[in-house]
Amino acid sequence: MRRLNLTSRIVVVLALVGSSIAGAQWSVSSAVAAPKAKAAANGKAAAKKKTDDAPQADAKPKTGGGIPLASARGGNLQALPSSAVRDEDIVAFIDKQIRAAWDAAELKPSIHATDNEWCRRVYLDVLGRVPTVVEMKEFLVHSPEGKKSALVNRLLDSDEYGDEYARNWTTIWTNLLIGRPPARPNRRDPTSRAGMQQFLRRSFLENKPYDRMVYDMISATGTTAPGSPEYNGATNFLINKLQENAIEATAKTAKFFLGVQVQCTQCHNHPFNEWKQEQFWSLNAFFRQTHADVKREGRDIEYATLRNSDFRGEGSTPSDAEIYFELRNGTLQVAYPMFLDGTRLPTSGYVKDVDRRTELARMVIKSDYLGREIANRMWGHFLGYGFTKPVDDFGPHNQPSHPELLEQLGRELAAHGHDLKRLIRWITLSEAYGLSSRMTADNKKDDPALGEKPKFSHFYLRQMQAEQLYESLLVIANEHRKPGTYEEKEGKKADVLRQFTLTFGNADGEDATTFNGTIPQALMMMNGQMIENTVSTDKGSFLRRLANSTKENEAVEILFLSALGRKPTSGDQAVAHSLIDGRSSNPVAGYQDLLWALLNSNEFIFIH
Amino acid sequence: MSLHRTAHGMSRRHFMEHLAAATTLTAPTAAWFAQALRAGAAEMQRHHKACILLFMEGGPSTIDIWDPKPGQPTGGPFKPISTSGDLQISEHMPMMARQMQHMAVVRSMSTREADHQRGRYYMHTGYVPNPNIEYPSYGAVVSHELSGKASYLDIPPFVSIGGGSVGPGFLGMNFAPLVVDSNGDIRNLKMSVETGRLTQRMNALSKLEKSFADQNRGEAAADHAKVLGNTVNLMTSKQMAAFKVAGEPAAVLERYGAGGGNRGGGGGNRGGNTSFAKGCLMARRLVETGVPFVEVDFGGWDDHQDAFAKLKDRLPILDQAMSALVEDLQQRGMLNDTAIVWMGDFGRTPRINGRGGRDHWARSWSCVVGGAGIKGGQAIGKTNADGTAVETDPYTSQDLMASVLKSLGISLETVFTSKNNRPMKIANSGRVIKELFA
Repeated sequence: MRRLNLTSRIVVVLALVGSSIAGAQWSVSSAVAAPKAKAAANGKAAAKKKTDDAPQADAKPKTGGGIPLASARGGNLQALPSSAVRDEDIVAFIDKQIRAAWDAAELKPSIHATDNEWCRRVYLDVLGRVPTVVEMKEFLVHSPEGKKSALVNRLLDSDEYGDEYARNWTTIWTNLLIGRPPARPNRRDPTSRAGMQQFLRRSFLENKPYDRMVYDMISATGTTAPGSPEYNGATNFLINKLQENAIEATAKTAKFFLGVQVQCTQCHNHPFNEWKQEQFWSLNAFFRQTHADVKREGRDIEYATLRNSDFRGEGSTPSDAEIYFELRNGTLQVAYPMFLDGTRLPTSGYVKDVDRRTELARMVIKSDYLGREIANRMWGHFLGYGFTKPVDDFGPHNQPSHPELLEQLGRELAAHGHDLKRLIRWITLSEAYGLSSRMTADNKKDDPALGEKPKFSHFYLRQMQAEQLYESLLVIANEHRKPGTYEEKEGKKADVLRQFTLTFGNADGEDATTFNGTIPQALMMMNGQMIENTVSTDKGSFLRRLANSTKENEAVEILFLSALGRKPTSGDQAVAHSLIDGRSSNPVAGYQDLLWALLNSNEFIFIH
Repeated sequence: MSLHRTAHGMSRRHFMEHLAAATTLTAPTAAWFAQALRAGAAEMQRHHKACILLFMEGGPSTIDIWDPKPGQPTGGPFKPISTSGDLQISEHMPMMARQMQHMAVVRSMSTREADHQRGRYYMHTGYVPNPNIEYPSYGAVVSHELSGKASYLDIPPFVSIGGGSVGPGFLGMNFAPLVVDSNGDIRNLKMSVETGRLTQRMNALSKLEKSFADQNRGEAAADHAKVLGNTVNLMTSKQMAAFKVAGEPAAVLERYGAGGGNRGGGGGNRGGNTSFAKGCLMARRLVETGVPFVEVDFGGWDDHQDAFAKLKDRLPILDQAMSALVEDLQQRGMLNDTAIVWMGDFGRTPRINGRGGRDHWARSWSCVVGGAGIKGGQAIGKTNADGTAVETDPYTSQDLMASVLKSLGISLETVFTSKNNRPMKIANSGRVIKELFA
């Protein structure tokens, strides 16, 4: 295999910073193979992957002094017995690990969340919306045995929810990979949001293995927009990250898929980060055959093409295509494609000799980092905090809260075909995910907002995302199954939500949202069009139909179930009836006031 | 529409007291108290301390602006010019040159974060990012310390124009920035129902809020009610006029570079971008209204290539608006109480890269401060001949922060207690840059 043909040439290092450290980078016989050895010790790690492009497990590339995983250092991992392939066993392993951390920190877990709370939570996290009244009632009347796993299975596997599952995860991943819809559309951005969404949506609909999804995006070539000549929606991840020698492509690929933040090391060796400047540029070298061409229609971009072409190298010797980067003292150093673990590629810049990006995609999906990162990201999605914060920054400076659990989850995911639904099942059925968000005297101190590492001894309250709010409001007004194409619906959603996007004025394309619990959000909830539509009393509206078909007590119950996923308490009923009685001449207006108040409450906007 | 003239004769404050679920004051007392505060407000506003932070998102090239290196290989094409102070700055800052007697350039900034996200955080908080704790930003710290003196204020004490700033960290949601854009339109401000009905809705809502918050679900559940209260405050406040920059006389708009909308532009505003200019003018109006901290963000400084052409377009915008702000505050007698801070995420490499740009550089760069008793007209500290190193005592983000807080009369002995009971000294124990107060 060509890619293993490790070049024996010694790269001339024009200048060495910190020579002892840099020197270690080049010793091929380095003993730092610990992560690999550990992985092999686990029975299932050797399980053959079905991904065609994935290199065989026995063809082990030589490593040249990569960086050991933070959590592998001195860790004494207990591998699961090899028979542990059932979901129940993995859930039990999660619970055991989480409990061990409670014991160590002398914490006692909160009671379990009520069925209502858990059901609402799982709909919001898996489908991105609150459950309907009918769905909630169905769950409540289900016999206790196996009801949780039955619901999770239904949300994940039944045709009924396939589209909604795909829509939710498409939204989450689109926002991550290419950012939220910008406040003002950017004419110069070649990205096709529709193309990105279509690629993701198809992937989630068919439950494409995660490693395959990542491979497709890193190695993608073709055109961006649906309907364009060589359409490949996966190109949209990289198409707008190639400016200035693909710095952003480098940083975002490492961060999103490997949990490695190398962007700080672009200019210098970072004092708090073991990643070195050379590693950034060695990773960057993988992207240097990659180009984006833009096809315009008038002033607007019609589509863009992501393609590979021969890289001449900055020294203009394509057969040995090197790049240079600048040390802080101004001297230049050479870099060739080298993965974070030290694996090198042949140095030719000719695509026919070596397709650098495809090789990178292979290395990424083979890396232990891949499973660990997605496990952490998904855990963070469901539990509110990952094992590290942020979820995509591993490194010696950022020790995970549950290193063994994280490591094992990543490994299990890889061993189970990178099946994201499987991972979701493990997490949602874990004890930690099922706990109440009510704290007790025995676990009050377990609060990551206070600067403690999360122990997950109670559920951490967190706010809905704007997209979850949007979809939930459609459900509440019973408009979520209205006709319309996916693209139309997404376009409408983006138009409504772009008011919240803040784009930072730098080249990294970072963004933030003002849907963050501050005043702009509260103003939107109190006065904005989205809520106005939901509480509409026009002919044919949800509230009008409710008023026409239901008695007051029942209507109040339905409103509470719709918005909060629970029945009103007697205190709530008093509040509700006094509001409604105040409008005795016009009860539908009373329902409107009640729904408005429910939607503006903390209990609604928080996932709890 | 104002709540001051409802049928029940309720004042807005009175209204607010109704909304608060557990007020200990009886309503008439509360109303009287509010009246008394309002009467004193005019006097307090006139002499309140405030800070305006001009944040250059992306990392401005300070070697091309505030610390020229003519004749050096690192110096770039721009020439230095003399100023009304005892220092030279870039030829593309001629209007600021006339205001430099009010401003001091700290040329010996040496910070250690050269990544946008980390640099922005460090410069805003005085702390490097720590996964386990969120530190409060400048705006949160200043408004936390000063907003007690501005209790007549309906607008949040920390307003960020044109950018998200950095949040309040452990100081909590009450000190989160109100993020607005520079056109001054606050979305969804108009009440969707008349005030009587809103009051009824809010009464019901506050009961629902309370029962959930009382279930021991953490601070966020309780903070939510505070944000609702602040929001109603805002919806019903006359102070919102402060955001309406368009109402300023044409000459003032012109002076800031905020005239002429997005096309044509006025004066030296060749880029046609009036956002920063409007933001600066809005900042002055907000400070006049009593807001203790306003941040104005100006993005786009991340010039990895073709830096000089881009700077030639951008610097006139900065020059015009920033100089207008200094001059305006001075003419209104507000400059002695208002600190102005100019900074970015970091500076840029003295060495010009192969693409005619400069990259990220935190080791030796400049920030600018003035007003609030800071001694202007001087350059503090010194970089070496080509700008690659600081030759004098290097200053950090926390030193700059300590100095700004001192100018505002905030005690540097202040110790915050983070939520996990860790004591945390204000401005990360930065030391005051003493030349600023000589």
